[in-house]
Amino acid sequence: MKRVLILSCMLVIIAHASFAQKYFTKTGQISFYSDTPLEKIEAHTKSATCVLDGSNGKMEFAVLIKSFQFEKALMQEHFNENYMESNKFPKSTFKGQIDNFNSVDLSKNGRYNAKVSGQLTIHGVTKDVSTDAIIQVQGDKLDCQSTFEVAVADYGITIPAVVKDNIAKVVKIKVMANLEPLKQ
Amino acid sequence: MKSLLPFLLFTILFQNIAVAQEEDLLSLLGEEETTEYVNASFKTNRVINLHSLESTAYGVLDFKINHRFSPISEGFYDLFGLDGANIRLGLDYGVSDVLTIGAGRSSQDKTYDGYIKYKFLRQSTGKKNFPFTAAILATTTLKSIRWANPDRENYFSSRLSYCWQMIIGRKFTESFSLQLSPTVVHRNLVKTKAEKNDVYALGAAGRIKLSKRVALNAEYIYVLPDQLAPEYKNALSIGFDIETGGHVFQLHFSNSRAMVEPAFITENTRSWDSLEGIHFGFNISRVFTLKRKNLD
Repeated sequence: MKRVLILSCMLVIIAHASFAQKYFTKTGQISFYSDTPLEKIEAHTKSATCVLDGSNGKMEFAVLIKSFQFEKALMQEHFNENYMESNKFPKSTFKGQIDNFNSVDLSKNGRYNAKVSGQLTIHGVTKDVSTDAIIQVQGDKLDCQSTFEVAVADYGITIPAVVKDNIAKVVKIKVMANLEPLKQ
Repeated sequence: MKSLLPFLLFTILFQNIAVAQEEDLLSLLGEEETTEYVNASFKTNRVINLHSLESTAYGVLDFKINHRFSPISEGFYDLFGLDGANIRLGLDYGVSDVLTIGAGRSSQDKTYDGYIKYKFLRQSTGKKNFPFTAAILATTTLKSIRWANPDRENYFSSRLSYCWQMIIGRKFTESFSLQLSPTVVHRNLVKTKAEKNDVYALGAAGRIKLSKRVALNAEYIYVLPDQLAPEYKNALSIGFDIETGGHVFQLHFSNSRAMVEPAFITENTRSWDSLEGIHFGFNISRVFTLKRKNLD
């Protein structure tokens, strides 16, 4: 009986420790770049949200499409109205995990190369993606960075013929998130 | 002792459930509501002749090239009126996202015009929910055409007319927007004593988006009765907006050939009753971003 009790207590403690820490940000930065010989387009947001589960390496990102800021007001309007249809699809999300979470020690300061994969949803279309990321552990803060590419056509975004030379078919996306411990 | 065990087991079980529920990690952060201002109710800051509730964005210069052709009634002889055109060239500038200034010159009566437009209420959703957009417009026009009777005493003030307009509108759905424009036009000089110097009118305009880049627009200006001589008719215009990147092409048919408020509201003699009163016309809007938004 006593053994069972001790075992149970240990289980409870382990269970607690194993999902003790989650990390989050509400000010994640996401930028994208469309680069063609005719026109360079970029847009930035600083209000992406992210939660990383420190117990299993699962992570989620979300960003409001309307929060992306462009240099030109008309581009921003067209981005929302014609391409992303942000009234219909207000958010883009990523749900995934760090695949090599065993080699990332969030309790030890250092720079870790992480392989991240999961489902990216843009414009209402969900696709499996994977990319490399860098996680810099500094105390209880995590500095995460990743760059990856997305083919516009994969997500059901059509570029009309008149501007097909102005908008890149593959857009570069840069993500920067400084995660802090989430107090529950 | 024995009573503790079920409790512990229950705790473990409960934690497992908790883990299962945490599939949606982002819900841990809670939903933070933001205010979203509704935009793109119309493709550009004009419906056809009337100002739309849209402003020119901050730092953007909008070059307008407007034509209103002769009646379509002559057919092929003058290519449905294309041989004769009234022209207005204009510039609109966004001082801020809610304040627009503009100036132009029309060939009809060699008219110069200037306006200021201020959006003081904005339709929004989210944290701050507001059902409509409202803007106020003040236009002044100056007819610089030579006096018809140079022999009599003419005053400079007689060349001037004014228009004040409130624009109240709402984007009901992604594709449907509607606006009303209560209007007062003041003319310093009128033709006969029977005509009013102050003319009250109500404009109504709407658009239906046919595709992402094409919209159908219509507008009508109702002039309240007993203010103008009977030969003056209310202006009705119907047309399409076609947007191609930096340009908006507005192609339309109208019984009015003027492009400034005092003229198309109070001086329009054509009517839709016959082909002699119907004119093809276009507005081309080309925007230039003079001041770029600072992204940092």
